[in-house]
Amino acid sequence: MVTGVSRDAGARCARRLADDPSIGTVLGVDVVPPRAELGRVRFVRADIRNPVIAKVIAAEDVDTVVHTGVVATPGSAGGRSSMKEINVIGTMQLLAACQKAPGVAKLVVKSSTTVYGAGARDPAMFTEEMAPRAIHHHGLSKDAVEVEGYVRGFARRRPDVCVSTLRMANWIGPKTDSPITRYFAMPVVPTVFGYDARLQFLHEDDGVEAIHHATVNDLPGTFNLAGDGVLSLSQAIRRLGRPTLRLPSFTASSTAAAVRRARLADFSPDQITFLTYGRGVDTTRMRTEFGFEPKYSTAEAFDDFRRSLGTGAMTRVSSLLTAGLGALRG
Amino acid sequence: MADADVIPIGSGGRPGRGSGRRTTPSAAARALAGPGGRTKKKARVDKRPDAGETPVEPVGAVPDVDGPEAPAGFDFAGLEQAVRGLFGEDGERRVAEWLAFLRRRLTGEYELDEFGYDSDLTDQVLLPMLRPMVEKWFRVEVRGIENIPSDGSALIVANHSGTMPLDGLVTQVVVADHTGRPLRTLAADLVFQTPFVGELSRKGGATLANNDDAERLLRQGNLVGVWPEGFKGLGKPFAERYKLQRFGRGGFVSAAMRTGVPIVPCSIVGAEEIYPLVGNIASLARLLGVPYIPITPFFPLLGPLGLIPLPSKWLIEFGEPIRTDDFPDGAADDPMLVFNVTDQVRETIQQTLYTLLMQRRSVFF
Repeated sequence: MVTGVSRDAGARCARRLADDPSIGTVLGVDVVPPRAELGRVRFVRADIRNPVIAKVIAAEDVDTVVHTGVVATPGSAGGRSSMKEINVIGTMQLLAACQKAPGVAKLVVKSSTTVYGAGARDPAMFTEEMAPRAIHHHGLSKDAVEVEGYVRGFARRRPDVCVSTLRMANWIGPKTDSPITRYFAMPVVPTVFGYDARLQFLHEDDGVEAIHHATVNDLPGTFNLAGDGVLSLSQAIRRLGRPTLRLPSFTASSTAAAVRRARLADFSPDQITFLTYGRGVDTTRMRTEFGFEPKYSTAEAFDDFRRSLGTGAMTRVSSLLTAGLGALRG
Repeated sequence: MADADVIPIGSGGRPGRGSGRRTTPSAAARALAGPGGRTKKKARVDKRPDAGETPVEPVGAVPDVDGPEAPAGFDFAGLEQAVRGLFGEDGERRVAEWLAFLRRRLTGEYELDEFGYDSDLTDQVLLPMLRPMVEKWFRVEVRGIENIPSDGSALIVANHSGTMPLDGLVTQVVVADHTGRPLRTLAADLVFQTPFVGELSRKGGATLANNDDAERLLRQGNLVGVWPEGFKGLGKPFAERYKLQRFGRGGFVSAAMRTGVPIVPCSIVGAEEIYPLVGNIASLARLLGVPYIPITPFFPLLGPLGLIPLPSKWLIEFGEPIRTDDFPDGAADDPMLVFNVTDQVRETIQQTLYTLLMQRRSVFF
C-alpha cells in the first residue's frame, strides 16, 4: 500500500512498485483521485487522517506500507494547518492502523533531510546519529521531526515490523515540482546576501528507485539518501545562467511573502534558513548498509533538471566570454 | 554554417596586425586549447577549454550566439591584438587563463568538496590576494616546513593572537606555498554566522571547529589547522602577548588520537603586534554579540585607517610532529591522557615562542 499517490512523487513510487512483477498488488491511497496515470496501481480513495484507513489495511490484507504522504508545501495542501494535519495526524492514524494490523510486516517512510535543520553551528556533514543543532519551529522541518518521532515509537511497539526511514535530500529533476524547483525556475533568483548554502540533491529517479529498493529488501533503520558531492547555491544559480538578486537577510521573509503572492514559489521560514546555511548529509550508510548507489550525483541531477528549464540571461554573457577565449586562441 | 566565410585572425604569435592568411594559434593558446580546429568558428564551438571533461552545457542552445554575427560590436581580433600589445606573449596566456577562470565562475563549472571548499576560487583569487600581505607587509620567515608531512594528514596546532585572525590566513598561505597542499582550517561558529566572512571562509577551506568535522577532514587525508586558544588568544590584552591561553578542552588532541594523525606544533611570532589591543568596549560587544570590540592605539581613533595592521616582522616555526598513532585504543576517551598531550603541545609552542622572541631583532625588522 502506498500513501499520497495523488501527488507526483507518490504516484511514481507506486507505479515503480507496480511494474515489479515480484510485488502482487499495489494499492494507492489518497484523498483526491490522482491526475497522473497509475497503471497497474489500484486506487483506493481514503483519508489517512481517518480511522477508515485501518479498515482498508485489514480488508486488503496489506503486508507492506510505503508512506510517501508527507507534504512539503503548505500551498498544495491548502494552508499550513492543513499540511500539519496531513503530515502529523495522518502519520499518527496510519501508524495506529498499522499497529492494529498483524499482517503488516514492513513500513517504509519517505522522510527528509530537513530533520537536521540548518544553521551556522551545523557540522559539515550530518550522519544518521547526529542530532540537529538548530531546531526549527516551522514547516516541513518540524513535521518531519514529529513524523520520525511517531515512526520510532511505532518501531518500538511493533519490533516484528521492519521499519525503514529514508531521509532524502531535496528531489530534483525535470518532473519534480517542489518549492526548490520553483525557486530555481524564477527568472531572477533571490538569495540571502553574504551567505552561500551548500546543497545536495537526489534525482527523482534515484528517489523512486530507493523507495523500491527499501520495499523489496529488508533494511531496517534510518538512512540518509543524497547524490554525491555538493553544489553551492550561487554555483547552482550560475549553472542555470540566471541572474541572482542578493538581498539582506532581514528582507528574506518579506521577499518570500512577495514571491508567494506572485505565485512564483512557496517558501516557509525553514526553507529560508536552508537556503542561507545549507546542509550536508553523510551517505556512507546509504552505500554500506542500505546498499544503494544513486545513478546521479548532486551536480548531474541538477544538470538534468537544468535541461528542463530554458537558458537564462547570464548564459549569453558566458557565451560572449567563450567567443573571447576562442579569439585569444587564434 | 560550415561553409561560411572564415575570418582569419591572429598573427601567428608575432606582434602586429593579422597577416590575412590562415594563422596558427600561439603556443600559449595551443597549450590551453589542446587539439582542435584553427578557424575562428571552430574555436568558438569546439575549443572550450574544458569541453572534454565537463558535462555538455546548453550554450549551443542559445540562439544566434554561435552564428557569425553573434557577438556584434565585439572585435575579437582587435581584442587579441590589444591584449598582446599590452601584456606581451606571456600576458596573453595569463589573460586567456583569467578569461577561462571567469567563464568557469560564470557558468558554475567548478567543484566544491563537501565542506564547501572551493579550490578554484582559493587558488586563483583568495591566495593571490593574501600573498602580498604575507610576503611584502609581514615578510614572513618560515622555519621547519619539513615537519609538515608531504602526504597524508596532519593536524597543525598554532597559537592565536592579533585581535583579528590574520595569523590563520597567513598560515594558510604559507602552508599552501611551501607544501603545495591546502591547509583546511577550523573556525569558530561566529565566523559562519557572519555574512561574507562565513561564506568566504568556507570557500577558502575552513569549516566549523568541532570534532565531527575535524575527524572527517583528517580521515580524508587533509592538512588541518587549528587555533585552540580561540577568542581567548585572539582578544587578549597587549600586555599579555605571547602568553598562551588555555588550549580549549583538548578536543583537537582527541580528534588527532581517534584518527592516529600526527600533531605539528606551530609557533607564530609577530601576529601579536599587528593590532595591539589596549582596551575593550565590553558593553558594545555584548550588545552586538561578539567576544570583544577592540581598542588599539589607532582604532577607533583613526577610523578605517586604524584597521590597517602594523607591519610587524613575522616568524613562523613548525615544530617536530607529535605522533598519536602509538597510543592504545580508547586513548581519546581517557581525559587525563588527552590533557597531558594537550599540555605537551602547549608547552612546546610556548617554549618555541620564547626561543623565537629571543632571536628576533626587533618587532618591525
